[in-house]
Parts: sequence; C-alpha cells; structure tokens
Amino acid sequence: MFMEVQDAQGNGQTSGQAARGESETVITARDVDVYYGNKKALEGVNLDIQRHQVTSLIGPSGCGKTTFLRCLNRMNDLIDICRVTGSITIEGQDIYDPAVDVVALRAHVGMVFQKPNPFPKSIFENIAYGPRIHRIARNKSELNDIVVDSLKRAGLWDEVHDRLDQPGTGLSGGQQQRLCIARAIAIQPKIILMDEPCSALDPIATAKVEELMEELKAHFTIVIVTHSMQQAARVSQRTAFFHLGILVEQGPTEQIFTTPQDARTENYITGRIG
Amino acid sequence: MNDEPHIVHSFDDDLNKIEGLVLEMAGLVEAQINDCVVALFKQDLKLVLKIEESDKKVDNLESEIGDLAIQVLARRQPMAQDLRCVVTVLKIANNIERIGDYAKNVAKRTNVLAQCTPVGSSSAILKRMSSSVQEMVRGVIDAYVARDMEAADLLREQDQEVDLMHNTLFRELLTYMMENPRYITPCMHLLFIAKNFERMGDHATNIAEQVHFMVSGALPDEDRLKNDKTSYIGVESDLKN
Repeated sequence: MFMEVQDAQGNGQTSGQAARGESETVITARDVDVYYGNKKALEGVNLDIQRHQVTSLIGPSGCGKTTFLRCLNRMNDLIDICRVTGSITIEGQDIYDPAVDVVALRAHVGMVFQKPNPFPKSIFENIAYGPRIHRIARNKSELNDIVVDSLKRAGLWDEVHDRLDQPGTGLSGGQQQRLCIARAIAIQPKIILMDEPCSALDPIATAKVEELMEELKAHFTIVIVTHSMQQAARVSQRTAFFHLGILVEQGPTEQIFTTPQDARTENYITGRIG
Repeated sequence: MNDEPHIVHSFDDDLNKIEGLVLEMAGLVEAQINDCVVALFKQDLKLVLKIEESDKKVDNLESEIGDLAIQVLARRQPMAQDLRCVVTVLKIANNIERIGDYAKNVAKRTNVLAQCTPVGSSSAILKRMSSSVQEMVRGVIDAYVARDMEAADLLREQDQEVDLMHNTLFRELLTYMMENPRYITPCMHLLFIAKNFERMGDHATNIAEQVHFMVSGALPDEDRLKNDKTSYIGVESDLKN
C-alpha cells in the first residue's frame, strides 16, 4: 500500500468488521527493539492496535512510549543513531521493508505533535499544502472541498471560515492544534499518531480536541501518547503501559485503570512511582 | 494490595483519615450492638439514651466520610486500588450506619418489653445473635483494615449461624403465640428484634463482599448459602417438624 498510489476515497471507509463492532488489528508490532547508539530504548515490544479505536500509550518520561509512537511512521529514521529491529506491520505490510516509500507511509500514518506547529502560511494553505504535494486534489475546486471538509472534521470550520486567508499562526493554541489535526487528515491518512497533543492546551481546548478524537475514530485509527492518565482514561478504548523501555501491560482502558494486572502498572497509575 | 506510599503524601493522609473515620464509626456501632441487648434485658433506659446519642454520632460520621470521599474523588481522581478503596468506603459506611440503626431500633423496644413477661429462650438466643453479629462486624472491619479478602470471605459464611438462630426463634415465638394470645405482644416485639439482628448480619455480609471487591476488583461470584427460612415458616406441617 505504501508502495502504490493511495486510494483517494479510502479514508472514510469503514470495514465490515468494524461496522459489526468487532475489533480488527491494523498495526502489529512484534519483538520491537529500538536502540539509540548502544542504548536500548525499547525492548521486545509486542502490541496490536485495533482499527477505529483510540489506543493510549502511557508511562513515565523516558519509558519509550514516544519512541514507539515514532516507530509507527518511521520518524525515527530521521535520527542517525536510531536503529529499530523486530517487525512492525500496518495492514499486513512490513513498514521497515526497504521497498516502502516513507513519504507514502507518512501520508498513510499522520502525526500531530505536542506543540502546535502550523506552517507560517494562511489557514487555507496550511491545509491545502499536503493534498497539493501528494496530488490528492485534481483541481482547485477539489482542493477547496478538501480544505473545507478537513476544517469541518477538525471542528474548526465555524471558527475560521471567514478568515481562511489569515495566518495559521494567528490562531489560539487550541485552534492551532486543531488546525494541525485538520492538516493531518487533509491527506487522508488511515492512522493518526498524536504525541501529547493537549499538553500545551488549556482545559477547554483540551476538551475540544478530546471531543474531536471521539468523532475522528469513526474514520481513523488513533494512537495517542499522553502524560495525563485521566485523558487516557477518557479518550481511549485500549491502553498500553510502558516502563523502562518495556511494554508492561496492555488491555481495555477500563481494565487498566480499575484492575490492572501488573503491580508496576498499579503503582504508576495510582501515583506511587514516577 | 499495595501498601506503598503515594508520591504525594497528602493523598495517603486523605485515605488514612477516611479509614480512621470508618474505624471510629465501626467502634461506636459495635458498642451499640452490645448495649442494645443489655438495655433490653436489664431494662436500662439510660443505656437506650446512650445508644441514641451514639447513633447520631454514627450518622454524622457517615456524612463526614461521604464528604471526604467526594473530595478525594474530585481532587485526587483516584485510580485502580485507590478508586476501589474510595468507592467501597462509601458503601461500607452506609452498611455500618444501617447496622447502627438496627441496634437503635432494638433498644427502642426496651420500654415496651419491660412491661411484658419474658418468653421462652428468647433472651438467650437474642444474646447469642447479638454477640455473633458483633463478632462479624469486628471481624469484617479487621478484614477491611488488613485488606484481607480470605478473612472477609469466611465472615460471609458466619451469617448462616445468625440466620439459623433467627429461624429457631421465629418458630419458637410462633408456637407461643399460637398457644396463648397474651404472648402476641411480647412475641411480636421479639420477632422484630430478631429480624433486626438478622439484618445486621446481612449488612455485615455486604461489608465483607465490599472488602472482597476492594482487594480483588471483583465481587465474590459464587452464591452464598443462605439459611434464613422464616419467609416459608408458618404452615402446620412446618411447625410440626
């Protein structure tokens, strides 16, 4: 899939299994080790991520959760000393296969970062840039539709529709983050990775992003790294707890936060270890 | 369960404070269970007043525990075992408060019973029921403090003894009433008293189940053997048995 042209209509489709309320694995990680030089940052991670669900990765700083998230769209390739072993497949395809087109992969697996990082361009251009370079829109009218649709899906349209030519950097922090989410979904990914997307936002902006995630999961698979356990508990269906580079425990969110099976998880979520 | 301290020590202080209030409440109620039988059979009206005073304190403690638990939920947003502790403490306090109410109800009948003649072995059985229930309450609170699920499970079984004593007294009092209508007044009061003790046992059992949940995260699943047969007693054939 990352070796072929993206299906422009693909992102709104719901699979038969998901429609029946069954979970379907979309990302499979097996025996994933990550090294930064000689230092092992992640060890033996085995994790399945389900389609049309929000999966939270939690754990203390330095536990490897962001490292794992960045493995999912090969962002770690940008770090020279970083080496990934084991296998990560997305919809059955090994994303570390040398034949994989990393640009296509990252279009398929979008990312939203901790700090909102809109381009120093207009609101319209922030959204239009991706579809244009990925040649998703065939003409101006289609491009227009994508911009409007993406802003609507990101819950931002009502707030910005009359100032699309204004700079994206002029929006509030929460609006900028939703602009980045709109930018990510404009290129019609299947998976959205979010790295602490609300850590720089106030509670109202956070609530809007969380509400958005709830809506987006009907169309996308979302993986979120968060330091807020309350946020993980609120937004995700599955939660994975990392500690010291090891995936300690994973399971349905309600189970992880009420009856975790591992003492390390219990200690972390109840505030007994940092 | 994990007894490691929290990184934020004041969280432990909050939880300890709630636990302290539960212990205080349970202590008062244990004394009420003992005192209500003493008041009843010694016709000690002063003791009745003491029980009523104690019951007001118990009610206030329940309310204080409720307020503190809500504060902890709002301010600490507890998870996992902490969450279970706070949620179960609300139920445990409620059950203790009910036990206290039943003890007060028993004591209330002192004045009426003082004017009646004693009936059969009722005083002996009621004393045994009282000490059995008192033992259950003490045991279940110990299990709560020690987070001891096995001890809590054993205490659930002890409720059967209370049920059996209730059945025995029920049959006996029924027979007395059938023999002589003059016994109806004291027997009716004694039946209500026995029922109150039987309900105290049930509430102690509820607490034991909450302790099981607090420790394990699940309520005990197997059905407990229940011996309260009083709902079916009354037909001639049953009385002959």
